Amino acid sequence: MPAAPPIVTITKLSKTYKGGFQALKALDLEIRRGEILALLGPNGAGKTTLISIICGIVRPTSGTVVADGHDIITDFRGARSKIGLVPQELSTDAFETVWSTVTFSRGLFGKPPSPAHVEKTLRALSLWDKRDSKIMTLSGGMKRRVLIAKALSHEPTILFLDEPTAGVDVELRHDMWKMVRALRESGVTIILTTHYIEEAQEMADRIGVINKGELVVIEDTDVLMQKLGKRTLTLTLQQKLDALPADLVDAKLALSADGTTLTYTFDAQSADQGGVGPVLKRLVEHGIDFKDLHSKESSLEEIFVGLVASNRAEKEAS
Amino acid sequence: MNLHAIRAIYRFEMARTFRTIVQSIVSPVLSTSLYFIVFGSAIGSQMKDIGGVPYASFIIPGLVMLSLLGESISNASFGIYLPKWSGTIYELLSSPVSFIEVVLGYVGAAASKSIMIGVLILVTARVFVPYEVMHPVWVVAFLVLTSVTFSMFGFIIGLWADSFQKLQAIPLMVITPLTFLGGAFYSINMLPSPWDKITLANPVVYLISGMRWAFFGASDVNVGISLGIILGVLVVCVTAIAWIFKTGYKLKS
Repeated sequence: MPAAPPIVTITKLSKTYKGGFQALKALDLEIRRGEILALLGPNGAGKTTLISIICGIVRPTSGTVVADGHDIITDFRGARSKIGLVPQELSTDAFETVWSTVTFSRGLFGKPPSPAHVEKTLRALSLWDKRDSKIMTLSGGMKRRVLIAKALSHEPTILFLDEPTAGVDVELRHDMWKMVRALRESGVTIILTTHYIEEAQEMADRIGVINKGELVVIEDTDVLMQKLGKRTLTLTLQQKLDALPADLVDAKLALSADGTTLTYTFDAQSADQGGVGPVLKRLVEHGIDFKDLHSKESSLEEIFVGLVASNRAEKEAS
Repeated sequence: MNLHAIRAIYRFEMARTFRTIVQSIVSPVLSTSLYFIVFGSAIGSQMKDIGGVPYASFIIPGLVMLSLLGESISNASFGIYLPKWSGTIYELLSSPVSFIEVVLGYVGAAASKSIMIGVLILVTARVFVPYEVMHPVWVVAFLVLTSVTFSMFGFIIGLWADSFQKLQAIPLMVITPLTFLGGAFYSINMLPSPWDKITLANPVVYLISGMRWAFFGASDVNVGISLGIILGVLVVCVTAIAWIFKTGYKLKS
């Protein structure tokens, strides 16, 4: 099946801020129609700059972006009417009611008034009961929903969610995931940024990792999770071990130099196949006892460092 | 042209006006009325006529202009500064509008509010001071032109300001002195030399003089010059706003 044309095409996009800070370095990215794309990256990686340029809040230094067939500079009206943006900050008009602020957004984006659509949006986001409330009286989570309702008020085909679940409680986070999926079902392409690997894994069809203004990697989620989802189990042994028993020698199992700790490294897939259970069983069979154990997921930072390093190595090799 | 956007911005701004009606409409009308009572009815009866016009009536055009200038600037500057301050400007910047829609929405609303205030002041003045208008059409023309022009000017201040202090500075430190020294309470012919010449460098002199001509058919400077000055300021403001949006000055990095 031939691939459908991308809904957003970003070509050689660069941004250097006034102070000389280069936030984006000739970034290329194609976003597929109808997908949920998660952009991961540490603070200051360029995620928000990328989104801000596409939405028209920051001007690119060079490069082009075409959104749903419209160049974001030469045909900004066409492009922007297709795009909805939910910013990271909870910036709202404190004294407005929920209903009037969403109605305002729809008009601002050039759509004729449609109380029916506003009602539908508010109901979908569980904001209907709050429609006549002033925004300042709402909780943080509710304000986040209001921003989403505003972004959806003009029926965009592309929705940007900049860290939608930052500072949001677990329940609301799951609601948010459900809502994003429902939106995708209705044909909206969704791009979200996040710090949380599990969020990207849960939601996204594809994951892009941005670091220092460059797209380090972009892959289908399941492919990438195999690379990213490394976990380690560290065992503190009861008795010092001189060497591993021969049939336990395995690349995934490593004995520390002083023989007091064992480290087992495994990925997301083997976690599905029982994880640490089989290994522990085998250790006990060999009479290797331990007094303490802890397991940890490799942190995002370690993953980035790893990805950036391998990316450089690849470049140098080619 | 995104007409829905103009309508949305205009309605948003007017809603803000009516939500704060005491502060935005009642208070300027009330404070100007105090001038009519003090300078018009109380002191005015002890003053000589100026150019055949009783003092109480003489100060009306100037006082209307004083309110129009101050209100236009503060309305428009506040209207655009507020979203910058609260962060909601992101939505305006990411919306499919050009500076034309933004200006028509924000400046249109600010000017509408000033015109309402101007009309209310004229009506209130009639309660305290008997006056007649010689050229009503020109009164309306000056009312509208001044409101629009100085709303533009206020809009520029709102775009430029990055603190509440800066937002207040120009209206308080520049506009208020220029207005008081612009002949609201006197005819510039009454000034001693060389102040009668120096005062001609003050653009507000021409605005007040123009309005006074529309009221009484006589003025310090030719009405054509007054009109020219207002239109000149208007053109400068429109050009400045177009430049701000084109370059993203203070709006986009």
